[in-house]
Amino acid sequence: MAEIQIKNVAKRFGEYQALSDINLTIADQEFMVLLGASGCGKTTLLRIIAGLETQSTGEVWIGDKRVDHLPPKDRGIAMVFQNYAVFPHLTVFENIGFGLRMQKLPNDEVTRRVQRTAELMHIEQLLKRYSGELSGGQRQRVAVARALAMEPDVILMDEPLSNLDALLRLEMRAELKGVLAESKTTAIYVTHDQVEAMSLADRISVMHQGRIVQAATPVEVYRNPAERFVAGFIGNPPMNFVTARPEGKGRWNVAGQSFDGPASDAGALEFAIRPEDLTPAEAGLRATAKVVEPLGAHLLVTCEVDGALFRAVLDSDLVVKPEDSLTLAPMPDRVRWFDPETTKAVAV
Amino acid sequence: MSTRYLPYILILPVTIFLCVFFLYPFVLVAQQAFWSDTGFTLDNFRKVVGHWKFPISLKNTLLLAAAVVPIQLALALLMATMVNNMGRGRDLVLYVWTIPLGISDLAAGIIWLAIFDQSGFLNSMMSGLGLIDRPMNLLSYQSPGLVFLAIMLAEIWRATAIMLVILVAGIGLIPKEYYEAAEVFGASPWKRFTRITLPLLRPSLSTALVLRVILAFEVFAVVQALGGTLFPVLMGETYNYQFELLNGRSAAAVALIILAISIAATLVILRVLRVPKGATI
Repeated sequence: MAEIQIKNVAKRFGEYQALSDINLTIADQEFMVLLGASGCGKTTLLRIIAGLETQSTGEVWIGDKRVDHLPPKDRGIAMVFQNYAVFPHLTVFENIGFGLRMQKLPNDEVTRRVQRTAELMHIEQLLKRYSGELSGGQRQRVAVARALAMEPDVILMDEPLSNLDALLRLEMRAELKGVLAESKTTAIYVTHDQVEAMSLADRISVMHQGRIVQAATPVEVYRNPAERFVAGFIGNPPMNFVTARPEGKGRWNVAGQSFDGPASDAGALEFAIRPEDLTPAEAGLRATAKVVEPLGAHLLVTCEVDGALFRAVLDSDLVVKPEDSLTLAPMPDRVRWFDPETTKAVAV
Repeated sequence: MSTRYLPYILILPVTIFLCVFFLYPFVLVAQQAFWSDTGFTLDNFRKVVGHWKFPISLKNTLLLAAAVVPIQLALALLMATMVNNMGRGRDLVLYVWTIPLGISDLAAGIIWLAIFDQSGFLNSMMSGLGLIDRPMNLLSYQSPGLVFLAIMLAEIWRATAIMLVILVAGIGLIPKEYYEAAEVFGASPWKRFTRITLPLLRPSLSTALVLRVILAFEVFAVVQALGGTLFPVLMGETYNYQFELLNGRSAAAVALIILAISIAATLVILRVLRVPKGATI
């Protein structure tokens, strides 16, 4: 059992507040992704869990043990580094077995575990090679195998796929997901790539300016962003926002059209809709097309609604030219509302 | 002009310089060592090796190198690790530690002579503290151990910095991530040093050792200042043959013997500290 609990963790580097008020519980065997732009504190949080960095305040628990005062080796963790950190002076075999040797396991146990994880990662034919003789993808596999060989309670990954080319990344992503599910370890995975996050995670913690803005399943984060930041960060292209003015109890005026919305007393709200949740229709938001990008499967139309930038993902058979007028109907159950002052989502 | 020839043209001045000032004199020395009035001969070598002072000089030179170099290596590693873990003041400490590099070896020998001399600092201090009644002659034929120790100290003080500088640069090249990975996978600070730093430092270690060992075989001025004739070394013999006995051929022979020892030591060091193909950072 390796549930991870992070309680009120904060980190300060001199004047700079890198993390504040982090509270997060990660269930046993859960695959948690820390997602955010660079500088949001996700790597710092991972390093605090690993023990490579010390929090300024707060506690870290792994299983039923408080670990924040323990050195990394006593936390039951293994880590995959962004640049792999595969030791250049050791063979692949000795790299995978490094942690086991440090634990002073008997030779045959080291050999058995190295063989097994190497087979799992399909690198058993590379065991005698040095890191300089491996490709990026193979080095990545060695780094993962080295972590798995430890049979850790928790495996920590810091942007492990970011140095691979696009095709290899796709392949490794799927493989990593399978291998980790099989290993039954709790995983924490840091990335700035939302597609990676969506495809791998059981839950995503979206981080922004040193805080966790939302921790939920990928679908939940995508469909029901808790904050405007999440709505604008997740999804490519991201959500569209238009200012809504109150028209009466629960009725809101969006770009001249009337919509049912939250029964809020706010002076204004933000109406939000995903680009793919728009369809051309008789009635809806009036838009002027500005840029039309045929993407094969879809047609990405960047247009203007009420002076705001607005994107719609439409059927590729549709013929749209710049400066065309469009009427776009949002799917009613996909419309979200945000309070511009608190930036938080407002329930209908 | 074709760019094909450009690299060769650019290295031409250095090549000419090296040929004129190193290769040519070297050929002359070799010629002197291997030639007598009648032609090619090994007599010069037989003569110098057969001389009673040769075994002592050889033994002293090797003994001094064996005593000094390991201590310097350990010290330089320790100092380099300390410097690399330093934040503020790192450069200042490094500059202070490398000051002896700027002092010529004869000056270094004289500085230490001023300490160990009969009227030197050490004697003044000891009598000031009441430890001795009157000044002792520390560097005399009656105390060869002390002479050796004084030379050792002077050499360590003088020439550790050259290794330090090379090792500091080498340690700086090792990515931090390796240490973090080692730490996560359970390596103690000592294990991180022996399992990560030392093996990844092999290229710098071999450069530092080769340089230092060659210099150790060429030790002369410090020994001359502190030991004089009490502690004969090979380079001192070369000097004696050339300038005291005016025997250029014997001097050349001893010089070539020193060269041979240096080459042998270099080959051993390069072999022991070689990095396998594909195993570089």
